Amino acid sequence: MREINASVLTEKIAQLAIEANCLLPHDIKDRIESARETEPWGTACGILDKIIENYGIAEKNMCPICQDTGVCCVFLKIGQDVHINGNIEEAVNEGVRRGYGEGYLRKSVVKDPLRRVNTGDNTPAMLYTEIAPGDKIELTVAPKGFGSENMSRLAMLKPSDGIEGVKAFILKTVEEAGPNPCPPIVVGVGIGGTFDKAAYLAKKALMRSTDEPNNDEFYAGLEREMLEKINKLGIGPQGFGGKTTALAVNIEWMPTHIAGLPVAVNINCHVTRHRTAVI
Amino acid sequence: MERKIKLPITREMARTIKSGESCLLSGVIYTARDAAHKRLVELVEKGEKLPFDIENATIYYVGPTPAKPGQVIGSAGPTTSYRMDAYSPTLIKEGETGMIGKGKRSAEVVAAMKEYGAVYFAAIGGAGALLSSCIKSAEIVCYEDLGAEAVRRLVVEDLPVVAVIDSEGNNLYENGRNEYLGSIE
Repeated sequence: MREINASVLTEKIAQLAIEANCLLPHDIKDRIESARETEPWGTACGILDKIIENYGIAEKNMCPICQDTGVCCVFLKIGQDVHINGNIEEAVNEGVRRGYGEGYLRKSVVKDPLRRVNTGDNTPAMLYTEIAPGDKIELTVAPKGFGSENMSRLAMLKPSDGIEGVKAFILKTVEEAGPNPCPPIVVGVGIGGTFDKAAYLAKKALMRSTDEPNNDEFYAGLEREMLEKINKLGIGPQGFGGKTTALAVNIEWMPTHIAGLPVAVNINCHVTRHRTAVI
Repeated sequence: MERKIKLPITREMARTIKSGESCLLSGVIYTARDAAHKRLVELVEKGEKLPFDIENATIYYVGPTPAKPGQVIGSAGPTTSYRMDAYSPTLIKEGETGMIGKGKRSAEVVAAMKEYGAVYFAAIGGAGALLSSCIKSAEIVCYEDLGAEAVRRLVVEDLPVVAVIDSEGNNLYENGRNEYLGSIE
């Protein structure tokens, strides 16, 4: 049994939180830059140029790409042969506290959804844990802005709604979001499971590199089809019109009940941030 | 072509700014998000004086990241505007002539803009690092307890924005999209 101290998690999370907020992942940069090449609409090209300039400045100065440095989502994939000494949840929150403090990141979390007093240090993290084989721990830190989170939706469709119902729900969600979630967006879709699992899958879909299609060809085809359909809506960068409404559609699925077809659509803006490390 | 606008914007001037125009704003603007808007409107409802002069004021919906040592302000892009919809008509009536945010507005906000003369601009959402470089000074005016959501007085130079909804109710989100879709038919 491998042993590690929880303080190792703290240090790593602090570092990943700062890096994730300042350095846009390569796949997202590639998507934005190739969209710029194929965008036919002048206004849209101008916006994409500014977006490219913006993440360049952020990278050079190590400053946040976007002022909404988000609620800090932390995914831990813990190998079953690792023993962590100390309190995992406290170690994760301490990492967020340090990263958001030392990185001059915005503190955007309120302690209570109705009484709304800021916690002052961006804690607690939204923590997701998974057990995996092996003796490693994979950590992913994903700051989630709420401009796009607020435009996310979930539906409990009927089995008879089928694939057409799923397609229609994804398009409706993107259509209704319009300019609000800072397009071009990345669309995470979760299909199946239960009410809560569908939402989790949609969030998890946003953690997958946009260079990696779903490993099931049926769902990979659905990802391509939905991206094409979304980019025919004409919403465009920032909603001013244009081809580039979405950069990618990532779908995750799992088994579900005979009576149900849950679908969740979790939207990310063009600042789709996540950073992973393995310890 | 970008239109250079020297702030403050008067009601008459607001009526000359047209939907779709790219503008560079220079001068004084104030920042406020939902929590600050709520407090401002409560003051108006109680008939009390606002902590800054709302007459011809432009409000930027932004909660910046903290400034690093030596910086004026951190990243400072717009937040989504519809959360201010409940409050904006009151502030427009009180004298606000410019709003900077991103995303859709309600029919009530547009009606107030038409009635009194005001313009709604969008800055590029998610371009906080770039927009920050246009901010030359920042000081807290009030509501420091709100942290990033405190009201700040900013001096900006050539802040790039696009007029989305003008005082006649023309809307770039509808027209820009339709024009693009028309062009590819």
